[in-house]
Amino acid sequence: MPKLRMTGRGLWITVLIVPPLAFVALFIVYPIISAFAYAFFDWQGLKRGAYVGLENFHTVLFVEPYRSWTLNAFKNNIIVFFALMVLQNGLGFILAYALWRELPGARFHRIAVFLPVVLSTIIVAYLFKLFYHPLFGVVNITLKSIGLGWMAQPWLGQSGTALWSIIVAQAWHMVGFPTLVFLAGMQRIPGEILDAVRMETESEWVKISKIVWPLVAPSATIVFTLLFVGAFNWFELPYIMGGLDGSPFGSTDVLGLYFYRTAFGNVSAGQQDFGLGSALAVLIFLFIAVIASVITVRLRAREIQI
Amino acid sequence: MKTNLIRIGAALGAVLVAAPALAQDLTFWSWRQEDKAAYEQFIDTFEAANPGITVKFETFEATNYNTILSTALAGGTGPDVMMVRAYGGLENVASAGYLEPLSTETVPALADFSQASLSAESMRSDGKIYAVPFASQTQFVIYNKAIFDANGLEEPQTWADLEALSQKLKDAGVIPFANGTATAWQNETVTFGLGSSLMGEDFYNDLVAGNADFTDERFTSALGAVADIAANYFPDGFIGLDYPSAQQLFSSGMAGMFIGGSYELANFKNQNPDIELGMFAAPGETADDAKLVAVYFDGGYAVNAATPNKDAAITFVNYLASQEFGQAFANTLNNISTIPGVTFDNPLLAEVAELNQSSIPYLMLAHFRYGEPSGSVLIQGEMQKLFSGETTSEAIGEVLTTGLAAWYEPFQN
Repeated sequence: MPKLRMTGRGLWITVLIVPPLAFVALFIVYPIISAFAYAFFDWQGLKRGAYVGLENFHTVLFVEPYRSWTLNAFKNNIIVFFALMVLQNGLGFILAYALWRELPGARFHRIAVFLPVVLSTIIVAYLFKLFYHPLFGVVNITLKSIGLGWMAQPWLGQSGTALWSIIVAQAWHMVGFPTLVFLAGMQRIPGEILDAVRMETESEWVKISKIVWPLVAPSATIVFTLLFVGAFNWFELPYIMGGLDGSPFGSTDVLGLYFYRTAFGNVSAGQQDFGLGSALAVLIFLFIAVIASVITVRLRAREIQI
Repeated sequence: MKTNLIRIGAALGAVLVAAPALAQDLTFWSWRQEDKAAYEQFIDTFEAANPGITVKFETFEATNYNTILSTALAGGTGPDVMMVRAYGGLENVASAGYLEPLSTETVPALADFSQASLSAESMRSDGKIYAVPFASQTQFVIYNKAIFDANGLEEPQTWADLEALSQKLKDAGVIPFANGTATAWQNETVTFGLGSSLMGEDFYNDLVAGNADFTDERFTSALGAVADIAANYFPDGFIGLDYPSAQQLFSSGMAGMFIGGSYELANFKNQNPDIELGMFAAPGETADDAKLVAVYFDGGYAVNAATPNKDAAITFVNYLASQEFGQAFANTLNNISTIPGVTFDNPLLAEVAELNQSSIPYLMLAHFRYGEPSGSVLIQGEMQKLFSGETTSEAIGEVLTTGLAAWYEPFQN
């Protein structure tokens, strides 16, 4: 009978892997499974009531006014995703390219672009809330002082501008992150390839589209996936800038806020339903998981072809 | 020998039974972090009068208090005595059986409390009282006395008076009302703090009796009048103005009036100790219409049904229901105690108590937060739309009535 003995290496692996595994199981896997289970019950406050099958899912997806609320929050998440794709990742790519080209003052700009990422979201939220203040905000004051007073708006108070105002704050806050990732990707491009291209063409467009973009595509995978997950889990900025209700009238409501409000309640509105909240959480989780894996698989396939 | 054993056993048993009574340590939970020092004083008074019982006061963040409390109760680690919200907020906890029902037998002082305050802390399904009510809040118009005096203004008797004095302030370069509507719940405050007298007590009674719904003209025309005041006399860009900014506009003296609750009085005094405050119930159409304020009850003190220290906990809530406590509560915390017979030294509180003589319940909170979607959720969003011109008051009446029909039976036909 062979002796069961742990080698030094095996012991180390066990020691290192068990705590994080336990952590993940306890704080990630278990809550997710619980949320699945909770979604099938009726709840009174936090006390579990009768088993109701798929009724909670049915309610949030098909029964008014929940249906409109769900669709509205989902629609806003999609707007946020596409807007950030352009404003945050698109701008990030252009900034990375500019930094990579070592334009004058590149070192200063590199810090300036990345600095906001370090700021806490709470600070960014309050900062932009002040900027947008209808009476004392620097945005309106600036517009008025340069003769564009007609453009001054109650930015966070009307449905047409509120969500976009928050998106701009988010893009400013995080644009340094994709910039950094793209820049790292660009810096891995071998010098010989660049020299060869320089001899062939002067066109920046050709350089970007034929050489730089294809070669930083692996970085794009991670940036897109993170943006997707981030956009659909968006919570802090809209919470602080628009409120838990997605004020005004739902125009800044996103799935994260909607789920939180439904499950844990809102003191000033008296809403609390753990079952509906769990059903929403499950739907959001499934949606993100499915789409994120599709993105990853598709973009990885692209990586290999290159 | 045998009898001795029995005696020893009996003595031991008696000690074991009595042991919990010797060490009666109660925990008492609250969301009022700002009141911690005051509550510790109240508790000292109680402990001095009740040797053998100690009370530990613990506070939690207000917005997440309900969640923290119900999680703890569900997990069996809840406090012995706790602050609970009123109306639907109470039912969330009480319907799960976590709270000990109270009665005039266990808490005799409850017999003298007003019916409205007791029903705020009762469950509708069994009619039992689950908490000792602690404070009421009143929604009305607060004004800056210095600004009113400087412009020769007096408290308005009719809606036209209110518009005229607002216009006077505006002409004098003062913002008439500081309120903004970007913070959703402020829309409900503005609606009922300003519109209650226009809606009138008859409408309220008809609605509660099931003889009217929210499409009633008395209700929708009041919403329209409130929106007109906002459009003309709230700050520029008020739909983008959030609650803290609005408070600052008023407390800094840039605006003459603020539609808010009695809970604002202490806030404004803290932000600007020099400010002299007055308050009035927004008037109705004519001077003959009753001037009504909207009143609600904040919450109550409840006993955990599963506490091992039930006797001590009951003793403690009896103290919390006593006039002695109510008086200390009103004097120290500047809140309107619900305990009968309490007098108000603070002239502002005395004025609030006076206004409360003519009131209707704060409608959505007192009657329409028992199901989902709640009346508050609906009206907060809909009024925001009305203020930015994206709906009409008639449409709001329809949305409220059909929305609430999802769970409110009188609207279901």
